[in-house]
Amino acid sequence: MKREKFDLLESTCVPLPLADIDTDQIIPARFLSATSRDGFGKNLFRDWRYDKKGNEIKDFVLNRAEYGGAILVASSNFGCGSSREHAVWAIADYGFRVVISDSFADIFRNNALNNGLLPVQIPSEMLSELTAKIIANPDLIVKIDLERQLISADENGISVPFAINTFRKQCLLNGLDNIDYLINMRSRIIEYENSRGGPG
Amino acid sequence: MLFQGSTMEPLTLFDKIWDAHVVKSVEDGPDVLYIDRHYIHEVTSPQAFESLRQRGTDVFRPERTTAVADHNIPTTDQHLPIRDSVSRAQVETLEENCRTYGIEHFGIGHSGNGIVHVTGPELGYTLPGMTIVCGDSHTSTHGAFGAIAFGIGTSEVEMVLATQCLLQVKPARMRITVNGSLRKGVTSKDLILYIISNISTSGAAGYFVEFAGEAIKGLSMEARMTICNMSIEMGARGGLIEPDEITFDYLSRITSFNSNPEAAKLTEKRLSLRTDPGAVFDRELEFDASSVPPMITYGTNPGMGMPIDGIIPDHEQSGTDNAGSFNKALEYMGFSPGMKLLGLPVDYVFLGSCTNGRIEDLRAFTAMVKGKRKAENVTALIVPGSQQVAREAEKEGLTEVLREAGFAMRQPGCSSCLAMNDDKIPPGKYAVSTSNRNFEGRQGPGARTILAGPLAAAAAAVTGRITDPRDLTTVYDL
Repeated sequence: MKREKFDLLESTCVPLPLADIDTDQIIPARFLSATSRDGFGKNLFRDWRYDKKGNEIKDFVLNRAEYGGAILVASSNFGCGSSREHAVWAIADYGFRVVISDSFADIFRNNALNNGLLPVQIPSEMLSELTAKIIANPDLIVKIDLERQLISADENGISVPFAINTFRKQCLLNGLDNIDYLINMRSRIIEYENSRGGPG
Repeated sequence: MLFQGSTMEPLTLFDKIWDAHVVKSVEDGPDVLYIDRHYIHEVTSPQAFESLRQRGTDVFRPERTTAVADHNIPTTDQHLPIRDSVSRAQVETLEENCRTYGIEHFGIGHSGNGIVHVTGPELGYTLPGMTIVCGDSHTSTHGAFGAIAFGIGTSEVEMVLATQCLLQVKPARMRITVNGSLRKGVTSKDLILYIISNISTSGAAGYFVEFAGEAIKGLSMEARMTICNMSIEMGARGGLIEPDEITFDYLSRITSFNSNPEAAKLTEKRLSLRTDPGAVFDRELEFDASSVPPMITYGTNPGMGMPIDGIIPDHEQSGTDNAGSFNKALEYMGFSPGMKLLGLPVDYVFLGSCTNGRIEDLRAFTAMVKGKRKAENVTALIVPGSQQVAREAEKEGLTEVLREAGFAMRQPGCSSCLAMNDDKIPPGKYAVSTSNRNFEGRQGPGARTILAGPLAAAAAAVTGRITDPRDLTTVYDL
């Protein structure tokens, strides 16, 4: 299946500098009872975003008019907890295409990459600096260049390289689907099975 | 399959199992890793099947996948149709997908039904040396048998259905050695909460952890499953324990294991399923079991734990960098630094989940409450991890002892651990829970979760307050 290509993104950012944001906060379990991938964005950060009566909680960053854009700037250990891919679907469905942090939970990172949501990991000091700049100037445009593996903001300000393995990068740049990649390897997989005495 | 022996370079058990399952290594990318056993459930699988249909692909090895309904099912009146229509649709979708693709399915009410990480080992499907995955982070549980087991997302569920393989970057290796032995009144849940409180909820991110040492070797399979279950709560990809006499004794009591032709082979090669002396880990940690007290959590992640009689630290004492997150957690819980939790009145007690819903947990809880009465201010949810656990509890007379003490046994499921069904803790209420996560809203919007072991849960259930289980007159002799 074809996926949306990712190469260059320029956008304002939404800062959410809390550590250990778990997938239960990103999308609470009570919204997981769907059998499709669509529509999770409306419940993204549900219990931080709305009160019990369903009214917007004004202080929460997604409800603040000055912040918006396709880049979520979080904090350490983002996406810990449950393996629910619904968390990634909710973030992407809401309109984010990148999450920046200084560390991600392992399962979340895989889930994000499998859905074309780019997790960008940068050093803690750079993350703090970037977050401060966004808070000082919500109109700050941040540029994510996947080809060059570079994140930049301000002409004379931040410019930080980030790591991503070549395979993942090529999948994102070319909109390739890694399930197709594996399906095309089935004969190789059968060889492997035979080498250990059959598929059983 | 072949596992490399110790005549070559010394290897960790993790490396031996991983390397034996690599179909292909992708240059500067992930390995194509073959998966021996795939468990699925109703919540994270429907979109995978749907996508499979859109591709026009079949399930590659249906005999390697097993399904149970567990996450959203009710724990009462399971013989009736599920009232919540959305949950019912998920459970029915699972059943239909399994029928379509020829996948073994243990539905609600089936004698083999239960929480996926409880039933897999019971069925004899989880075996040493395997690679095991499931669309659930607590798949790490199965590592207790000396398997590489880890949680995956729905796209990865689809990968395994389509090819029996996953694209995975090999994690680094960590060994956590626990010396000495646990004291009376201290459970393996306390040990793992203690470890997580020391290294934090992200302390093992990027690693696969081997648990070793005298204290681990001294644990039953149930207790080992509790340890490996919560390895994800310190950020680890998974946890595993070298299989030994205790592992094979456990397996030999399972009918299907004894009739499995693989069993004899496995028993033969068991000595290769170990970490060679001199094998190198990327990180090593050591703990002393005798210094582990009964633990509880005071915050909103499993790393925010302390001795049950401890004092809540401030953010600096706790060693966390992010004061905002720390204070937000305490505010949510209604706590402040310097507070003691001993004596705090509690509203709910939950015994169950893939962490502590096994027969040994029910035995521990029952031994503590025997001859006492459930406190009036406490609503208790006693949820067996599986139908088999429920039958065993009945047979051993635990259900009856619980009934006499004022506790009703529910039917199996994930229940209040993630509260997808009706088993929700109301806003602002305190629940002492034997589950694995105390995240905000995890047990229901506004619910305040205090994680603990089965003994501390029992102590709270009969006193109505946070109580040190060692202070009750009949301390359960482990």
